[in-house]
Amino acid sequence: MAHAALSSTTVTAPRTNRLAMFGWFAFVFLVASQIIAIAISPPDRDMGDLQKILYVHVPSAWMSMLAPFTVLYFSLLYLWKKREEDDLLAAASAEVATAFSGLTLVLGMIWGKPTWGVWWAWDARMTSMLVQFLILVGYLSLRALVDERDRRAQWSAAVGILGAINVPIVYMSVRWWRTLHQIQSSPATVDPAYVIGLRLNAFAFLFVMIYFIRARYGAALLERAAEHALQDAALGTGGSNHGS
Amino acid sequence: MGEAHLIASGRRPGYDPGAKDGPVHVRQNPTFSFAKRRINTVHAIASSAQTPVIDARGVARRFGASWVLRGVTLQASAGETVGLLGVNGSGKSTLLRILSTLIKPHAGSATVCGYDVARDPEEVRSCVGYLGHTPGLYDDLTARENLQFAAAMFGTDAREIDRILERVTLSGAADQRVRGFSSGMQRRLAIARLMLVRPRVLLLDEPYSNLDTAGIALMNSLISEWAKSGVASLVVLHELAPAAGILDRTVTIVEGRIASEENLSAAQAPSLVVIR
Amino acid sequence: MTGGLSHDWRRARAIAWKDLTSERRSKAGFNSVVALAVTILVMFGFALGPDAQAIRDAAPGAIWLAVLFAGVLAFNRSYQVELDGGALEQLILYPGSRRAIFAGKLLANFAFVSLMLVVVVAVGVILFQVHIPAAWPALLGILFLGAVGLVTLGTFYAAMASRSRAREVLLPLLLFPMLVPVLLAAMEATKGLLGGDAMGDAGNWARLLIAFDVVFFVATFLAFESVIEV
Repeated sequence: MAHAALSSTTVTAPRTNRLAMFGWFAFVFLVASQIIAIAISPPDRDMGDLQKILYVHVPSAWMSMLAPFTVLYFSLLYLWKKREEDDLLAAASAEVATAFSGLTLVLGMIWGKPTWGVWWAWDARMTSMLVQFLILVGYLSLRALVDERDRRAQWSAAVGILGAINVPIVYMSVRWWRTLHQIQSSPATVDPAYVIGLRLNAFAFLFVMIYFIRARYGAALLERAAEHALQDAALGTGGSNHGS
Repeated sequence: MGEAHLIASGRRPGYDPGAKDGPVHVRQNPTFSFAKRRINTVHAIASSAQTPVIDARGVARRFGASWVLRGVTLQASAGETVGLLGVNGSGKSTLLRILSTLIKPHAGSATVCGYDVARDPEEVRSCVGYLGHTPGLYDDLTARENLQFAAAMFGTDAREIDRILERVTLSGAADQRVRGFSSGMQRRLAIARLMLVRPRVLLLDEPYSNLDTAGIALMNSLISEWAKSGVASLVVLHELAPAAGILDRTVTIVEGRIASEENLSAAQAPSLVVIR
Repeated sequence: MTGGLSHDWRRARAIAWKDLTSERRSKAGFNSVVALAVTILVMFGFALGPDAQAIRDAAPGAIWLAVLFAGVLAFNRSYQVELDGGALEQLILYPGSRRAIFAGKLLANFAFVSLMLVVVVAVGVILFQVHIPAAWPALLGILFLGAVGLVTLGTFYAAMASRSRAREVLLPLLLFPMLVPVLLAAMEATKGLLGGDAMGDAGNWARLLIAFDVVFFVATFLAFESVIEV
């Protein structure tokens, strides 16, 4: 049976409206969380106001650590059910994960320069995040370089699963590598004064991430709908569902 | 046709519990030494000539945004040799690759030897021999070593190799590396590989290209030999001439669809059937 | 009769034999890849030397990286032999598990990479003025374990990269980040052993390396069918 294809009726107007509303909510929530966090927290005794960047860097890092498991989930689902939606969701998750990983790295470097005096210090967490970023870039490159849809979906799923499995392994090995050679300090996150701000922003970032993934997925669905219209024209079939 | 309804409803072709003869049990010819598995009676097929051994229904496949095959329906029965004609890019090779389970159809369905090509590719593979455009040989191995490798992969022994090499007139070159072979010799070696096991269906993609007269004669004698022993063959052709003597039917494919069919066998009056 | 583990093992051996025989007979193959590895090693020497202590410290990294860069070519080549004549299609159509194909290619690539490693280590020891430690059998063990991880992941990703566009770029792009744990463990263990292993770290890294090898071996074996079929 052909890989179950999406019907061209999957994209509906009410759903896009709901998504747009959710997007606005996520954005407003994010802005509010940032303002609240910045307002209620005192300057750190070591970092001063530089500490404020952690309200973006740390939630971004948490999302970056969460997102590969989203890719893992949808990739496993795709290999099991062979539904095109799952492949598209995995791809959307990977794109968003790459963006968040890159953001985390940049913010980390911005925090690191005044703190350590250098842009990059090979500390465990940043280095692991860098490797994760590269794993995701590899995933996206694979998708870009394979044209045939079924092959791309299947290969992406395998690569996504292996990459996601590797992320915690990389963290572990890089941390071991770093503790042997040098003790490195990472941004302190446990001070209770900062916990509320961080938790609030963590949720805000989560909402934003979910929105981005759904939006990217919606765009992919629109592409598919267009292709299916072409398919119907080519085959001379009127209906939208295909295959056995 | 009744069978069309069966396909549309998703049930396997060849099995109709309402048929007056009831379900038919068949021992599959143990042609492959590894095909001695028991056949699930629910999926048994009758071995009579009426039930097609190749059964493609509305098979379609896209490449990128364009559609190479646009709904091909085609049957072939045991012992039939069907020629597939069409220009380059008409989709004939794609159809063959789908029937051999190398690629999956994006729409429609196909069964070969009673098994669905998408759902049970392993069963189909143990029943089918595929000769592709490229011979699929290893240049740095000798002819004999290529066949020995194939025998190991098929799980058969190597006893037949010498006899097979002789049948395809490659005995003299048995211990030469394939790198030095002409394309005709490579084709003969590729055919020889198919002879290591005895498939019930042969899918041959342009087997006559680059063959000289002797090669063509050899190919024809092999195909008609196999047809006599009940093998169904689907032969993709560029032109009708080399195979004219051995074909039972020709099917012409134009732009991914069947444009015409023609019966050639002397047993039936020639008729032209146009299917769109 | 032709299913079953013993036949799959026979198939894997046949594939390994075929790959190694083809490689041996094709004049290009092994020699040029090994020559490349040595050349890369020399380049590292220029980049990091000529201070004796600097290059001695850098030796483990340089050796593994030279093997890695040259190995990438070897991994793609192992599928090239199938793609050239269209043999991959026939390979897929044979009965039995696709894992036999993976196992066969693993064996062949492992033989190739091991041989290459021996040559590169020998040259590296000379060029980088490495003192051979008393614990050199342990060093061989590390080399073996590192090669296993490298070959497992390399053979797996090459199955895809070799059939994509820009395969020379795609394979390193996919493979290198995935190899970070294996390479870190192998390099650190090598450094430890060469440096006399003052802190007993090499053993820990070796244990980690074994764990990594097992995880990746199992994962790639399970995933290979999805990758070669389509």
